[in-house]
Amino acid sequence: MTVNKTQRVRAILLLALFAWVVAAVLPGVDAGAAQAAETVAVTEASETGATAGDNNFQPAPQLSAADYPRLGSVNSRVAVWLAAQLHLWFAAFVLAVPIFVFIIEAIGMRTRDRRYDELAYEFIKVSIVAYSLTAILGGLLAISLLLFYPQLFTYLATIFKGSMFSYALLFFVESAVLYLYYYGWHWLQGGFKKWVHLTLGLILNAAGTTLMFLANAWTTFMMSPAGVDAAGVFSGDEWAAIHNFLWNPINIHRLVANVAFGGSIVGAYAAFKFLSASTREQRAHYDWMGYTANFIAVSALLPLPFAGYYLTAEIYAYSQQMGITLMGGIFAWLFIIQAVLIGALFLSANYYLWCGMGRSDGAVRYNKYVKYIAIVIIGAFLVWFTPHTLVLTNEELKSLGGPYHKYLGPLGIMPAKNTAVNLMILFTAVSFLIYRRTNKIATVAWVRSGNAVMMALFTAGILNILFLGIYHGYFTNTVYKVAASIPQVLTTLTIIVVSSVIDAFMYRGAKEVAPLHWGRIPERAQYALFLLAVAFTWLMGLMGYIRSGIRQHWHVTGVFRDNSVDAFTPTLGYAANIVSMGTILFMILVIFVFWLSQVSTRKTEVSGYWGQQTA
Amino acid sequence: MRNFIKVMAFSLLTIAAFAGYSNFGIPLINPAPPPEEEQLDLETMTMDRFVAIGERIFNGKGTCTLCHSAVGGRAPLLDTVATIANERLADERYEGEADTGEAYLFESMVDPSAYVVAGFGKTGTNDTKSPMPDIAGGSIGMSDAEIKAVIAYLQNLAGTEVTVEIPAGGGADASEESESKGGQAAAAEPVILADPEALISKHACGACHKVADQSGALGPDLTRVGAGRDETYLRRAILDPNADIAEGFQPNLMPGNYGEQLYAKELEVLVAYLAGLK
Repeated sequence: MTVNKTQRVRAILLLALFAWVVAAVLPGVDAGAAQAAETVAVTEASETGATAGDNNFQPAPQLSAADYPRLGSVNSRVAVWLAAQLHLWFAAFVLAVPIFVFIIEAIGMRTRDRRYDELAYEFIKVSIVAYSLTAILGGLLAISLLLFYPQLFTYLATIFKGSMFSYALLFFVESAVLYLYYYGWHWLQGGFKKWVHLTLGLILNAAGTTLMFLANAWTTFMMSPAGVDAAGVFSGDEWAAIHNFLWNPINIHRLVANVAFGGSIVGAYAAFKFLSASTREQRAHYDWMGYTANFIAVSALLPLPFAGYYLTAEIYAYSQQMGITLMGGIFAWLFIIQAVLIGALFLSANYYLWCGMGRSDGAVRYNKYVKYIAIVIIGAFLVWFTPHTLVLTNEELKSLGGPYHKYLGPLGIMPAKNTAVNLMILFTAVSFLIYRRTNKIATVAWVRSGNAVMMALFTAGILNILFLGIYHGYFTNTVYKVAASIPQVLTTLTIIVVSSVIDAFMYRGAKEVAPLHWGRIPERAQYALFLLAVAFTWLMGLMGYIRSGIRQHWHVTGVFRDNSVDAFTPTLGYAANIVSMGTILFMILVIFVFWLSQVSTRKTEVSGYWGQQTA
Repeated sequence: MRNFIKVMAFSLLTIAAFAGYSNFGIPLINPAPPPEEEQLDLETMTMDRFVAIGERIFNGKGTCTLCHSAVGGRAPLLDTVATIANERLADERYEGEADTGEAYLFESMVDPSAYVVAGFGKTGTNDTKSPMPDIAGGSIGMSDAEIKAVIAYLQNLAGTEVTVEIPAGGGADASEESESKGGQAAAAEPVILADPEALISKHACGACHKVADQSGALGPDLTRVGAGRDETYLRRAILDPNADIAEGFQPNLMPGNYGEQLYAKELEVLVAYLAGLK
């Protein structure tokens, strides 16, 4: 009770803080814009009176390095970078958790299995403390922007005044619904009340997702500005600025990535609790929770590369120059680092599944296949990991006869990598399928033919993916190299969906021959869950760097140039160090949140401290 | 607390592994600094220097080689574009307004969809829309003078007559260009480097030669070149690299246009520096 009261007080304080930040920022927008226009040089367009739509909006400021405020020896870019990244990590987590909490709660209502309801409650409990931190970090980001990049903030706030105000209002709505959803969990139980509670979950998700979409509009406007002219003069149509070219691709990518990320963080929570568990029941509970979280993370991880391809294709469609900077320019090596991270994600998720097969004695039937799956996944990882162009010394260049290696060079191009990632995803799906079968025997009459169909489906699909990758990758021109990835993706998705459906029907009413013993999993498997969370966090940070980095020396691409001393693009090593610093801070905060949730259940009975109570 | 320490240690080790790989496992490339506007001293500009500036813009600020290069084949190569410009004008698919090869080249940069080379249009447009941006606007933002310098370079590259006229007036970077329209041009002072190592870095001598902490191996080692060569020899070697080819090295590797790229004072600074390497 005391804890709940403390949380309520904290929540009220945080809301007050956020309201203060919003109140401090929004009323100053117009005044700030006017001030900025006076203090900075204006573009040629404004001098000639060429404003969009004859409105009163000013062009994007043209700044010099001296126009950017400094605060002692604080590096402005790093300060904003870390504040933004930490806010984004926590925001991703607290937006994702209610999505799968809603689904798990609905499953619990459908199956009338109380364990799901308790699991969903525990998930949301983890995110509630993180929600407070998200708000604090959001305030920190807004303050950092105002301190270090006031003209940029003012310019964006001028354009997005309406959506920023809506964002603030919606934040209050989300907070209110979240607290009602969480604190009302045990009150709104059974019958109609449970439906009311589930509806609250739906409203919570709608509010959270809309908040993310609004924030994405501001971010993507900086990448692919719309609703402004060449000088950055706002047309007055805020929807045009929101609905810019890259808004929806980022919305989709972030939504899927958030679920995968949220799953991985909750998985790390379950792992932490598993390692700290003192009873068999606790180990069983947190083992199940970890498995569910891993399932959620991997389920979202599988379509994530496809969302990434879509985003990249749209970046190319918006600006080929930006696309090439992303994939073929200075950032090309980043994708080799990304390959290492993705490899770590897939390997840790699969490793956890393979360890989890030990929960059932029936797994012995499938253990022999694990090594082959591992070989394919590692092989696919190595292909993805292979660079195309090598940076070489002149001696190496001469001895190699060119910038590409004779045998490894062909593995560096996108068709090879597309093929590798599709195979990696397919074989992860195979890991799932065999895991699901460890404790059961199918009893349907068509089990042999069903397995034969699934085998044929996988074989034909894999051959198709290989054919598409090899033929279109090496025997056609550039246009088809990229286009071939779409049928590859469709093949992979078809196999996963069709085989899952067949498997679900085949194992409906299956006989359980070797029950799952939750909790019977080695401790090292829990570290696989931690690896998944750390790798995901680090990867999100890295991709945040590239998403922002492809704007290069522009605050807003093509219309608002960054003339600060930090306008240069940092090296990958430097970016990796900042991302690492952020990840360490995030992990410390997250593990602190885990620890807090543990502390909240502890009780110390003291004697002789409290005075005697009289009736 | 024990578990807290264990998972923190594991997380830190994992993060350190990722950071270590990013710092030491891949080559760290220093991205080019944000592009500066070309400071064009048009009053004293020679055509050779104008062509050289065009080449620098083509490979640098213009970001042309991101697409117009043999790697990737995303856009047509431009080594002969000035030769075939008139053929493009006669093509029935041409939708622009240019009437000369030079005007076509200019138009192709500011209105790339006026003529799209077959196979290089945006997907689904049947080669009617070019994926290339207007290089005078947006994030590239080249001035008229800079575009003309690139045309001069392309005409020179193709071996055709360079028809571009060096724009009249003073400094012509993007902002100054707008001023020059109002007749308030101000010529920019040429930047003459007095530091030999800065010159070596600027002209990328170290890409081929071992000199000034750089370790190129395609050309002779220059770390002690002053011990065996006098200033006359060194000056000739820079201005006319094929005059004497050092034993074991290929002719025609070193560009022969350093006479156009270096100011006389810079050339002397460089020669004196090399002569002093003993």
